[in-house]
Formats: sequence, C-alpha cells, structure tokens
Amino acid sequence: MDVQPMGALPEAVNTLSPAPPALTGTVRRRISEGAIAGALFLCAAVSILTTAGIIGVLVFEAFEFLRAVPLADFLLGRVWTPLFDPPSFGVLPLVAGTTIVSVTAMLIALPVGLLAAIYLSEYAGRNTRRVLKPLLEILAGVPTVVYGYFALTFVTPLLRQVWPQAQVFNALSAGIVMGVMIIPLVSSLGEDAMSAVPNALREAAYGLGATKLDVTLRTVVPAALSGIVAAFILAISRAIGETMIVLIAAGQSTTLQFNPLKAMETMTAYIARVSLGDNPQQSTEFKTIFAVGMLLFIMTFVLNLISQRVLAKYRQVYQ
Amino acid sequence: MTVLTPVLSTPPLVGADADGHAAFDVRDLKFWYGPAPALKDITLQIPARQITAIIGPSGCGKSTFIRCFNRMNELVPGARVEGQILFHGQNLYAPAVDPVEVRRRIGMVFQKPNPFPQSIYDNIAYGPRLNGFKGNMDEFVERSLRQAVLWDEVKDKLRQNAYTLSGGQQQRLCIARALAVEPDAILMDEPCSALDPIATLKIEELMHELAVNYTIIIVTHNMQQAARVSDITAMMMLVDDHRTGTVIEVGETQTIFTRPKDKRTEDYVTGRFG
Repeated sequence: MDVQPMGALPEAVNTLSPAPPALTGTVRRRISEGAIAGALFLCAAVSILTTAGIIGVLVFEAFEFLRAVPLADFLLGRVWTPLFDPPSFGVLPLVAGTTIVSVTAMLIALPVGLLAAIYLSEYAGRNTRRVLKPLLEILAGVPTVVYGYFALTFVTPLLRQVWPQAQVFNALSAGIVMGVMIIPLVSSLGEDAMSAVPNALREAAYGLGATKLDVTLRTVVPAALSGIVAAFILAISRAIGETMIVLIAAGQSTTLQFNPLKAMETMTAYIARVSLGDNPQQSTEFKTIFAVGMLLFIMTFVLNLISQRVLAKYRQVYQ
Repeated sequence: MTVLTPVLSTPPLVGADADGHAAFDVRDLKFWYGPAPALKDITLQIPARQITAIIGPSGCGKSTFIRCFNRMNELVPGARVEGQILFHGQNLYAPAVDPVEVRRRIGMVFQKPNPFPQSIYDNIAYGPRLNGFKGNMDEFVERSLRQAVLWDEVKDKLRQNAYTLSGGQQQRLCIARALAVEPDAILMDEPCSALDPIATLKIEELMHELAVNYTIIIVTHNMQQAARVSDITAMMMLVDDHRTGTVIEVGETQTIFTRPKDKRTEDYVTGRFG
C-alpha cells in the first residue's frame, strides 16, 4: 500500500461524501415482523389454552363430584363401588392399583433404561450405537394396544407357569410389559444427557487414573444427573398415565389388596372403562372419572414439583 | 540435585533417577490415528525433576506426543503405537502394563481448565478417593492446594463449586488435583493457552517450584514461555509432506534458542517460520 504523507489525505476523503441512508426501517418490515411474532404467540397460546381448559373442566367437575361425596370419604375410603347400590366412593383401591403397576414398571424401566443409557453413551462403539439406538427407539413406537395383548397373551401365561396361582388378569404382567415399553424412553433421554457431558471431564478423570467404570459412575452420571432424573420423572409420569396396557391386561378388580399376581384396576383404566360405558353424564357415577382424573393430575404434578426441587439442589452445572 | 551417570549417553540430559534411568526414555516411537502415521521416529530422553518443553508449529503433533506419555491416546478409537517409552526403565507399552496405573503415576493438566462440576474440595479429593485413600482427607486437600499455591485464595470456600473460580485459579486447581494423586511426573498440554498473562506467570512460577520434586513435560506454542520455564526443549516439525510429526532437535533450552543445530529450529525460534 502507498504511504500518504501526513496531511495529504486521499482524494476521496476530501470530497463531500453523500449523506448516509436513513436508519429508519420500512413500515412493511415492521408489520411483517409483528405478524410473525403474533402468529408464533398464537401457536404457543393454543397449547396453554388447551391445558387451562382441561384443568378448568377437571376442577369444575371434580368440585361437582365433591358436593355429592365428602372429600375424606373419597380420599380415605377403602371400597370403590360407585356403580353399585348403595355406591361407595373410596378411591384407595384405584390408587393402590396405579401404584403397584407403576412401581413394577419402574423396577424394570429405571435400572434397565439407565444401564442401557450408560452402555450406549460410554461403552458402545460408534457403529454399535448407530444401530442400537434407533432399534431401541422402535420399541417406543409400538402401539400400546399391542403391548397390552403382548402382556395378556404372552407374559401372563409365562407368569402362570412360574406362579400357578396368578390370575389371568394381573398387575404384574401389565407392570412388566409397561416397564419394557418405557425402557427406550429412559435410555434415550439418559443417553442424550450423558453424551452432552463434555469430553474434557472424561479426560480429566482418566488423567487421574480413573477406570472406565470410575469415569462413568463418578463423573459422567453425576454431571448428567439432572437429565437422568428428568428422564426418570418422565418415565414415572408415563407409567402413571398409561392406560391401554392396564385396561387389557391388569383386570378390573377394585378390591383393595396388594398382591400383584391378582387383578387390579388402575385409575386410568377406571376412567377409560367408565367413560366408554353408558352412565348418564350428569350422574355422580359419571363424575367420578373427573375426580379420579383430578387426583391423577395432582399426583403427577406433585411428582414434577418434587423432582424440580431435587434437581435444583443437586444438579451440577458445567460450562 | 541429580547425578550424571554413564548410562545416559546424550550429554545435556543431567536428570537421572537413583538407578541411572532418565525419567522418560522414548525409543523410536511411532503413532497412528488411522492409516497415516501421525508421529514417527521419535527418540529422546527426558530428565527427571526438570522441565522439558515441547515446541513446534500448530498441528505438528505436540499434543499427540505428550499424550503418549500417559497413554491417553488410547482413548481415541483406532489409535496405534509402536516403539517404546521407558518410564524410569519400565516400558509403558509393555503388554502387562495397565494404562490406569500409568495415569496414576503420570498426571496430566489440559489445555482448557477442566475442573469437575463439583466443589473445590471434591475436585481435589477425586483422585485420592479413587485410590481408596484412608488418611485425613482435609489435611490432604489442604496440602495439595498449598502445593499448587492456591490454598490462601480458596481456603474459605472449599465447598463452593469449582466453576466459581477464575480461569487461572481453575487451572491451578487442576494442577492441585493432579498433585493429589501423588504422581511422579506431570504432563502439561498448553496449560496457559486459555489464561491471561498474570495467571500464566503464576502457573510458570508454580512449575518452577514443582520441578524440585516432579518431572514436568510441557507442550507450548509460546516460545517465550518455553525459554522462560524449561531446562530442556524438544523441537517438533511436520515432515513427509507435512503429514507426520517428529522431533527434529532436542537439547538444553538455552542452546536451542541461541545456537540451534537445525536450520528449521533456528527459523522457528527466531520467528521466521510460517
């Protein structure tokens, strides 16, 4: 480049430069930006309004139900015979059914899902992972009605060979199959969380003489804990809310008992059965489904709240 | 401090252990990530309880080379090593050698500070806990932090997350964490590349203090840093159509920077090179 002597600026600088263009944007651009923001807001609003609508209906109908049945009778009663005469509205048998089926499912899905996630993220080679992960996710795409009949026609006969006293409809079979159904959800989300842990942390651990197991259990899993717990919570919510498998395979007994080899009805299965039945819409019998639904909603909601508290306390934030 | 023994044939290497071995004795090392060799024909000795700098242009394999000393390269799929690295006379690549044990004896500090997302205390305690440490952990953590000249800055916040520290403090924490495993040697892969000049200076002072007891190898792209901190300098270059890295010259740092034998070293250290 030529060096100019001081004071002698290049020609172009000395001539008057044209005024810079105005910085005000066009009206059209502002309107279109506004329209886009508005459209996006509407899309977000649809889901929020739907949720609000569902909660509104639930609360309203559940309140109507509670005008006919005292809250204590509903929550603490041990007999659930709303369709009998005289009816009894104690919800505990349904809560027990939901709990036992969900706990069975979690006993399968959480450990197997977490171990599968650890294998996929830390132990599997790149090619193995490329094949295995989509295969596992296919499991998640199987319709739940298929799982239901799988439980009833395949798993239950097996269980009855081991425990001949098991009933044709039983909670164990439904719980096991539900657990299998939820494995891919846990493993896939868990693997995502562990893969997101920076490699620098793994190297740090290896550099200190950690074995692969040390690296996984002392570094990767703790660093990915928030994602793993989130996967667990989602899995539990999924189990509590799952309907079709239990409707088909778990039976409809509403006797309060805790033997998983016997038939049980879960809250969701009850709702599905009664809503399809021919009870008049305004009857207290029919309104039970809203009360049960409300209770189900509160249960998952509280679960989510607890998990958020736990997460806020234990999560490890890495850069 | 150390005695020159006749076992070491190359004159500038004065650091030898009690048995007369160099800390590291690299013999005809070759390394592959895939089909093409990334390193070849590396033969040199690294003295005990001194600082050895590895310098050279970007991409010449300095980091790959330093990772051969604690077998970190094996974590990369497809990596392959030929040749030997004797560590106080023992071949690190002998079949019976467990890389986990190697890494407990030879610590490493990385380019970017990489503390665990845990408390300062737990970061230091990580290594001792791996080894089933039974003694007084509080004392041990304090000792490690003092060794890394970090104690006074963090003694009141040991339970805070390590990420609350500045970058320079994090790097010294990583050094303290490596020291807590009680290694014999420490590898530093561009430990100051993410730090400001003042933090860099502190790390360099720390290295001088540590070199009394530890064998230190440092990779640096900063020639001034190599000149300031190291006793021995190894110069690396790409050869074979710029595909394979090798050490082209090694010697006392002062010699390398003032009277290098190789023209390429001279061009590099005087700044005339790419």
